[in-house]
Amino acid sequence: MADAPIFIDPAKCKGCTKCVKGCGFGALKMVDAPGANKAGKLAEVDPAACKACFACVPACPFKAISEVKQEIYGTADLDSYKNIWVFAEQTGGVIAEVAFELLAKALELKAQRGGDAQVAAILLGHGLKPELEQSLIAAGADVVYKVDDPALADYEANVYVDAVAQLVEMHKPEVILAGATAVGRAFFARVAVKVRTGLTADCTMLKVEETKNKDTGAMQMLLHQTRPAFGGNIMATIMTPNHRPQMATVRPKVFKKAPPDPARKGKVLLEALKLIAPQTKLVKTMRDPDAIDIAAHDILVSGGRGLKSADNFKLLFRLAELLGGEVSCSRACVDAGWAPVARQVGQTGKTVAPKLYLCFGISGAIQHLEGIRGADTIIAVNSDPNAPIFGVADLGIVGDLFEILPALVKELEHGGRGG
Amino acid sequence: MRIVVCIKQVPDTTNVRINPKTNTLMREGVESIVNPFDEYALEEALRLKDQAGAHVMVVSMGPPQAMAVLREALARGADDAFLVSSRAFGGADTLATSYTLAMAIKKACGGETPDLVLFGKQAIDGDTAQVGPGVSEFLGVPLVTYVKSISLGESGGTGGGSGAPAPLPKDFVVTTIMDDGEHVIEGKFPAVMTVLKEASVPRFAPLAGAMRAAKSEITVLDEKSIAADPIRIGLKGSPTKVVTIFPPPVKGGGEKVDARGDAAAGAKAIAKFLAEKGLVK
Repeated sequence: MADAPIFIDPAKCKGCTKCVKGCGFGALKMVDAPGANKAGKLAEVDPAACKACFACVPACPFKAISEVKQEIYGTADLDSYKNIWVFAEQTGGVIAEVAFELLAKALELKAQRGGDAQVAAILLGHGLKPELEQSLIAAGADVVYKVDDPALADYEANVYVDAVAQLVEMHKPEVILAGATAVGRAFFARVAVKVRTGLTADCTMLKVEETKNKDTGAMQMLLHQTRPAFGGNIMATIMTPNHRPQMATVRPKVFKKAPPDPARKGKVLLEALKLIAPQTKLVKTMRDPDAIDIAAHDILVSGGRGLKSADNFKLLFRLAELLGGEVSCSRACVDAGWAPVARQVGQTGKTVAPKLYLCFGISGAIQHLEGIRGADTIIAVNSDPNAPIFGVADLGIVGDLFEILPALVKELEHGGRGG
Repeated sequence: MRIVVCIKQVPDTTNVRINPKTNTLMREGVESIVNPFDEYALEEALRLKDQAGAHVMVVSMGPPQAMAVLREALARGADDAFLVSSRAFGGADTLATSYTLAMAIKKACGGETPDLVLFGKQAIDGDTAQVGPGVSEFLGVPLVTYVKSISLGESGGTGGGSGAPAPLPKDFVVTTIMDDGEHVIEGKFPAVMTVLKEASVPRFAPLAGAMRAAKSEITVLDEKSIAADPIRIGLKGSPTKVVTIFPPPVKGGGEKVDARGDAAAGAKAIAKFLAEKGLVK
């Protein structure tokens, strides 16, 4: 049962009944309390009926009634949390690129935060080579928390949760960032719940700024977490004012990594944790030798609904071959079964940041545009002069892709010779 | 075996467009649908029911209109439906939602933990993929994400029943899709799993199912019936606060060439642009 919003001090209450009359909700009554005062009665509040209007507080001539400060649901001792952490996802001895992108961002946040905040990387695994921690230090980590344990040999969500939650409880970071990869998204969400804090998924902008806490009025250094919401139709800035750590995930290729600085110095702390046993067993991993990672390519030739059939993708493959790039597509093509989901660009597909994004028959739904925000150059061909894609394209060609695409292939095949 | 499937009613975000003049959402005519990923989760539960027999319960948190998605699930073959609904739950973020759903699942299962709790990979309105993992923490059971297929192991999924424990406890074998390929994972019930759309194609509801669903009782659970701590639900129980919303940044377009009726001009313009940028080999 919830506590009442008011407190009646039995030492001050004289049993005068003025508060009972003053309450508009019938939440106060007198109960017999022989010897408590001359009247032998004390006021009592029914928490279910009390509407927290506090009309009774001034109604009491003896100042026996006071407002109970509502507890704010949050982490105790917010100020004991400091430092900015990055989860350095590692598979088979290779650190995911997104970790380096996040370390570059963490360095910016550290500068915005000021004070003596440090950037730390969390490295989990078994038989971890020293090169890994050195690469994290070169990318910006002041500290690497390294947990090397047989239970961490393979990714197992439940052991990962245990390890990171223990580190959080021991070292109290103010901010933790993780890549929104298959691994990062799944176990990180459970870490946030285990340590009872908030987590914002898929942030596209992050900054630390001094901000007023609306609940307490205090000025705090808060992480402003901005992400597309409602299918990418609107951007929302989210904060976690009363809980620590402030946690966010960021998709790969959203932030740019900085060039490594091998002269940077940092500390490596080997953490011996007592971990739970893995709860599930990885029997085998089946890697697809033909797996396509569109995010790894500098040039993408992309097709959309305007391509009209799976067969027409052949033209895109020819063009991609000529340009030395890979073929990607919009969600419409995946939904229609023309292309596999691995090639999909956009909010439900992959975020890409190629040097060139050359697209045909893609109108540019906002979900798609979010996925290509990091592209250096965008060229779009579409028959609709009002297609939103033209709003972001560096070069827009209004016309029939079925004529322009073969003409372009021919143009490039001739390599300018005689053209 | 007892399976709980959590489903969510969402606006069909693929049909939401922005009014280019006012930069606001055009919500007119946007339908409410079952979150597409949840349909795959329900299908996996119904497949397990077909194979091995299971009691399939569907749970949805949302306004009274969300009854519609529960009825649809009943029509397809779910046995029981629970709507977790109260104004006190409004404004919940993923932490408060995970807590509320976990309390509701326990209540729906008479205080016990079900063998399997299934979620879709993520909901298309929030796209966070956080609530399934969050519920696994509150229930204190193992988590497996991005599941493509589930098959029952040797012990047949009696999960935590009485009697002598099986020598090699393996209730399930699942295939998940991770960034480095497909993983085959074995484990024991109870478990929470999130299901991909690479799972089986969802079935249609048979006519008899629709008629049965129309007559079925749906239990409504509020904060009192699930004995929720009032400070941990709704807006108040949500650590994350949405501070501002604003339209996505608009980047002005660059050069535009009208190549309608003159495809060669369009092709030449692209080739020239690529050459200037040094992007042709």
